[in-house]
Amino acid sequence: MPKQPLLQFTGKSIYCAIADVHIDPWMPVGRAIITHAHSDHARWGSRHYLAHKDSEPILRLRLGQDINLQTVQYGEKFMINGVKFSLHPAGHIIGSAQVRVEYQGEVWVASGDYKLEDDHFATPFEPVKCHIFITESTFGLPIYKWQPQQEVMSEIDDWWAQNRAEDKASVLMGYSLGKMQRILKNIRLQDTVIYAHGAIHTVNERLREAGFDLPELTLVTKETDRKLFKGSLVLAPPSADGTTWIRKFAPYSVGYCSGWMALRGAKNRRAVDQGFVLSDHVDWPDLNRAVKETGAEKVYVTHGYTSIYARWLNENGIEAAEVNTMYGNEDENEEEEVVQDVSAGQNVYEEHKQELDGEMSADKKSTGL
Amino acid sequence: MKQFADLFMNLDRTNKTNAKVDLLKNYFLTAPEDDKLWALTLFTGRRPSFKVNRTQVKEWAAEQAGIPMWLFQESYHSVGDLGETISLLLPRTSPGGSEKSLSEWFHYLGMLPGMADEQKRYHITHAWTQLSQHETFVFNKLLMGSFRIGVSQTLVVRALAEATETDSNVIAHRVMGQWNPLDTTFEQLILDKGENDNASRPYPFFLAYPIEGDVADLGEADDWFAEWKWDGIRSQIIYRNKELFIWTRGEELSTEKFPELHFLSEALPNGTVLDGEIVTYADGRPMPFNVLQTRIGRKNLSKKVLEEAPVAFLAYDMLEANGVDIRGLTQEQRRAQLELLHANMPEQSYFNLSPLIDFEDWQALRDLHPQSREHIAEGFMVKRKASTYQVGRKKGDWWKWKVDPLSVDAVLIYAQKGSGRRAELFTDYTFAVWGDDGKLVPFAKAYSGLTDAEIGQVDYFIKRNVLEKFGPVRTVKPELVFEIGFEGINESTRHKSGIAVRFPRILRWRKDKKAEEADSLAGLREILSNYR
Repeated sequence: MPKQPLLQFTGKSIYCAIADVHIDPWMPVGRAIITHAHSDHARWGSRHYLAHKDSEPILRLRLGQDINLQTVQYGEKFMINGVKFSLHPAGHIIGSAQVRVEYQGEVWVASGDYKLEDDHFATPFEPVKCHIFITESTFGLPIYKWQPQQEVMSEIDDWWAQNRAEDKASVLMGYSLGKMQRILKNIRLQDTVIYAHGAIHTVNERLREAGFDLPELTLVTKETDRKLFKGSLVLAPPSADGTTWIRKFAPYSVGYCSGWMALRGAKNRRAVDQGFVLSDHVDWPDLNRAVKETGAEKVYVTHGYTSIYARWLNENGIEAAEVNTMYGNEDENEEEEVVQDVSAGQNVYEEHKQELDGEMSADKKSTGL
Repeated sequence: MKQFADLFMNLDRTNKTNAKVDLLKNYFLTAPEDDKLWALTLFTGRRPSFKVNRTQVKEWAAEQAGIPMWLFQESYHSVGDLGETISLLLPRTSPGGSEKSLSEWFHYLGMLPGMADEQKRYHITHAWTQLSQHETFVFNKLLMGSFRIGVSQTLVVRALAEATETDSNVIAHRVMGQWNPLDTTFEQLILDKGENDNASRPYPFFLAYPIEGDVADLGEADDWFAEWKWDGIRSQIIYRNKELFIWTRGEELSTEKFPELHFLSEALPNGTVLDGEIVTYADGRPMPFNVLQTRIGRKNLSKKVLEEAPVAFLAYDMLEANGVDIRGLTQEQRRAQLELLHANMPEQSYFNLSPLIDFEDWQALRDLHPQSREHIAEGFMVKRKASTYQVGRKKGDWWKWKVDPLSVDAVLIYAQKGSGRRAELFTDYTFAVWGDDGKLVPFAKAYSGLTDAEIGQVDYFIKRNVLEKFGPVRTVKPELVFEIGFEGINESTRHKSGIAVRFPRILRWRKDKKAEEADSLAGLREILSNYR
């Protein structure tokens, strides 16, 4: 009788049958291991969650204060039904983890989302040796090669300085969890207040309460004096684009941080003043390096350029297959891009609701998360 | 090169007209003389050909990037622009960029013709190693690409006019016509005072508004002229100082493109300006617009093209008579002058009047309107007899009354990613109707007509409903129905459906319809037989 694979792609998660554990399920299950707190990986409704301890503040914020959540440290081993599990740093966002699964000498690693460059906030990625590696492929094309982080951060510094000189507000857009903390840890902060949209402010406050070293942000409210925005930095989720909310910063320049900004088409479509190529996913060279360093003999390729990257690996002597998951699917978009599908009307509604409800509940509703 | 690459990237980044003009103006004020000329060469669509084979260039790039050809192609499909794809794939050897100027790079490229393939390979790949990513992109555009970056000739002219403090009509004339960057200078071309500057100057076109509501709302039928609305090229014909100039609506000087009309320089009185439409024309009537399309944009008009697609000028207005601007006269007075001029012409068949339609009352015009297509017209132009010739699009005196487009409800079956602004989004769609055997038959490709929000939704649907992949094309679950409008319909042996439609476009998304409720091929055939 053929052996049942240790991890399977069941159409609702990456599933370990022996332990009856689901990794990043996209529907409610009994026991779930969550790689990180982004909404396409951490979904609502499961009876029991397990994640890295740094994911806890945001998981509770998003999935509910009262979820049944167990946390572990990186490298801490735990057994479920004879299967040995451990989480290892993925470097994607705060608390993000690769899941190592070992049974009868066979080791699988599910990467979740990851990047190799140290962003000075998330615990840096560590390669984990395994027999079978499940990798993301969001930017799995050779056209994607990131510049070193510090170069992009200098571009942001320069853009902000230029806008300060022109008395313009600098509205910097990016995903509220991950990208914004990375920016705050790496740009040259001025001795001024930094303004933020509710979605970003809430995440920032939660992380600060949990003891993370992040600067304090000032929430933009209806009452904030517009004159104060002159020359200031305003952090906003991509969903704020094109809303009435953003107009109060006029005159302003919009910068947008995303790996997709590497392409002229994507940049022009967004119609932002400045695109910053900044991604929390691996680029092509790092993707290949990561796969190599696992020493895996077989690779499953999930969300992104799955078929292309699988073919590339096969041609380069690493057995690989593509797998369909609900993490982005053929979306080829970062989580934040999905927000674009939301109609302008809904954006206005959310903004309105935010002002009514105050920051906390607004954050839960915001599609930017 | 850096300065030009920056200009290019900045132009590409903004879609604000004034910002583009400022960028161009600043470039023309600060760039070296030689570079300005080459930039102008590019922006006016005069890129010289360096006789390179795109397939070879792709192979050399893939080789330098260390990837197989299929992966190169996949990358290209994702990016949507060959020059950009290559710039992203190559190893980043010179992030700082090149010291060479734009004109020096042009001269470098000028060495390509005549080289053997292996030399070409070295010449090009060696250049790549010296350029930054943005410069490589621009270099590739010089090498083989088109320069479509949303900078129209009009914008370039405006920027040059501002930079040199010269009237824009004068600049427009100076950058038109025949010139070659290798045997002129920027100064000679732009700054010299030519005698014909004023002679060529066209009047701004008077443009019509679409009619709203019922035609009877315009008042007394007797106060109005009606003409067929021709589907051709709006043009102004100028004859001054014994020289003929033909300007088209895009404010392009296109005299050389219409040799059929050159006889007018013998026939028109000096100081004449006419407004009308250039159409393809045979046996005393216009031909469909797709015939005209066969010669638009051609650099060389072959004998065959001239025989198959002869043009004529259908005049409907006169703006200058004997050197006097008569735009202040009434429509009726100008028409009389035009008719007089035409009556005095020698026998010929290339300069005709656009006839006035004889109508008793508005009802007569309404009755005639559905016959527009039989007259190869798009509908009517309705002009107030007492109106002067105004500037630009003004409401009140000139109205266009177009016929509704033909349309069918069709099912989205294939999708492909767009390029440029829409790369990474599925925006190019193929639509099908139900064939006689109950299967969907593709009949039209269309990609315009949806709002950005709708494109986002359709893209979202497509990405979750892909059935098969063929290179860049995705077969999509046949579920979404759209109303597809088109301007004309013809039989075609090239299409599986046996039918070709002209200018298909999405009129609206029929969210209320299921795929089964879409139209059939039999329905299309019926439109075809009615249309003829």
